Amino acid sequence: MTQVLQMAFLPLTDVAVLAVAREQGFAEEEGLAIDLVRTTSWATLRDRLVYGQVQAAQMLAPLAVAVTLGLSQQPAALAAPYKLSVNGNMLVMAPQFAQALEPDLGRRLADPLGTAHDFAAAIGLWRRKPVIGIVHRFSSHAIMVRYWLASAGIDPDRDVVLRVLPPSLTVEAMRAGEIDGFIAGEPWGSAAVNAGLAETVAIGERIWQRGVEKVLAFRQDWLDANPETTDRLLRALARAAAWCDDPAHHEALAELLASPRYVDLPAELIARALSGRIVARQGEAPVDSPDFMLFAREATGFPWRSQALWIYSQLVRWGMVTHDRETAARAAAVFRPDVFRRALADSGLPMPGASMKLEGAVKAPMAVGTHRGGLTLGPDRFFDGRIFDPDQIEDFLREFAMRR
Amino acid sequence: MRIVIIDDSGLRATVLEEGLREAGYDDIHIVPPHGAFVARLERMAPDVVLMDLGSPSRDTLEEMLMVSRALARPIAMFVDQSDDAMIGAAIDAGVSAYVVDGLRKERVKPVLELAVRRFNAFARMQSELDEARTALADRKTIDRAKAILMNQRGLAEQEAYALLRSSAMNQGKKIVDVAQALITASDLLGGGL
Repeated sequence: MTQVLQMAFLPLTDVAVLAVAREQGFAEEEGLAIDLVRTTSWATLRDRLVYGQVQAAQMLAPLAVAVTLGLSQQPAALAAPYKLSVNGNMLVMAPQFAQALEPDLGRRLADPLGTAHDFAAAIGLWRRKPVIGIVHRFSSHAIMVRYWLASAGIDPDRDVVLRVLPPSLTVEAMRAGEIDGFIAGEPWGSAAVNAGLAETVAIGERIWQRGVEKVLAFRQDWLDANPETTDRLLRALARAAAWCDDPAHHEALAELLASPRYVDLPAELIARALSGRIVARQGEAPVDSPDFMLFAREATGFPWRSQALWIYSQLVRWGMVTHDRETAARAAAVFRPDVFRRALADSGLPMPGASMKLEGAVKAPMAVGTHRGGLTLGPDRFFDGRIFDPDQIEDFLREFAMRR
Repeated sequence: MRIVIIDDSGLRATVLEEGLREAGYDDIHIVPPHGAFVARLERMAPDVVLMDLGSPSRDTLEEMLMVSRALARPIAMFVDQSDDAMIGAAIDAGVSAYVVDGLRKERVKPVLELAVRRFNAFARMQSELDEARTALADRKTIDRAKAILMNQRGLAEQEAYALLRSSAMNQGKKIVDVAQALITASDLLGGGL
């Protein structure tokens, strides 16, 4: 009998794996019917998951950690056994603001550290604090833009205004002059560039080469009570993810996501992130960014506990949570590599042998130890060259000049 | 108790406000979620904020509740987390309520219950309105198809309708779908009308 699973999502390109699992029959092959519930705001998506209106959701990885730690309304233990995407964000600013930055877009995007310092100068030239839209306090975008700004001595809580608004409202807010720029998942940055309202200032992939983005989140009690359904869903998603990563499918994928049921923006805008050809300023040739968004390769779906801890370290850094061992352990436990391994044991996918690794230490593609098959991890460096050792959170945090 | 309703839809907010006033609450304000609504809300210092669960402005509002210095007391969604039935009803009805810390649950519960009833009533009104609109659009489509049949086949109006109905029954379709197919075919064939 086909089992119906309800899942909530936001209109973003990285809903791709869920959409394809449903539309290309991967879920059906596993005896699952996926009912995708479109929501506008992360608060609504969170509540639908926490209060049981849906069984799973496409969630910002930091939000899953924050809900579990009781930082975002009703506390609930969430579990993320699968990452839906890596990378895919873009910081865009109004052209008038970007005038003070390096005009050559290739050079600007290739040098995030230099651009961060230019950004500091641009704030000085701006008539007031620039207002930067972020999609949520507990988003990978907010964490990334804070990390990047702070590297140039810009205090994200003092020198700029971070304003929260859902991704699908960003372009209209630019048009209305309510924000001077924003960082959001695609295709919203491309939509703003395409409308001539903004140009690209930084690309997520150049800030952290393998940045954790969306996870598939469940309530932990539901996950524990439904191991068989969970495993079938993960198998369907792994096959859907491989389909999404295949360049031969990018055009069809862009068309699918363009539908009003999903993102409801032109396929041409959605295709830019999929193919890694980013138009950074209206009317200019695209900049190549081949790792702009990953779905499957390099075991993208594998939820490294060290990545949950990296997120946690940044929440501690900005004073959003107080560090102690017990809290760190609860944050790490949100990511569930054990469930990933159980579900995909027979899938033929290369399976990492460890659950934690150093983050930011891979400079060039590197083969790693696996239980089966060859797994090559892509470069995962942070633009400032820092390396995160999940066993040394206190030392890592002490290195930051700017922290709370 | 000061209650602020954040809502785009004039109608839903009015339906809710009327209900609250009838129940004896008189310190009620409606704030549309545009522009500097967060600053307005801060000045009002509400005890309870009611809004549509699906409102895109909830992320903005929650961020404000988290960082605001003007609001002395923290605000959380739903006051009594132990009342699962109440929360379930609110979520199903699409109500989200932010309540200041320290407000007794006996005082908040009737407000929430009322909001749930009014949101449900509004949703019913909305769906009845949608149905009425659909019915009107359907009737127009069927009228056009009838006109085509009357014109092309020289039928009387009742005969044209009977033909549409029997075709629909034979094909297991709705009359409006058969009518739409006929109109499309007629347009493709340059049949005018």
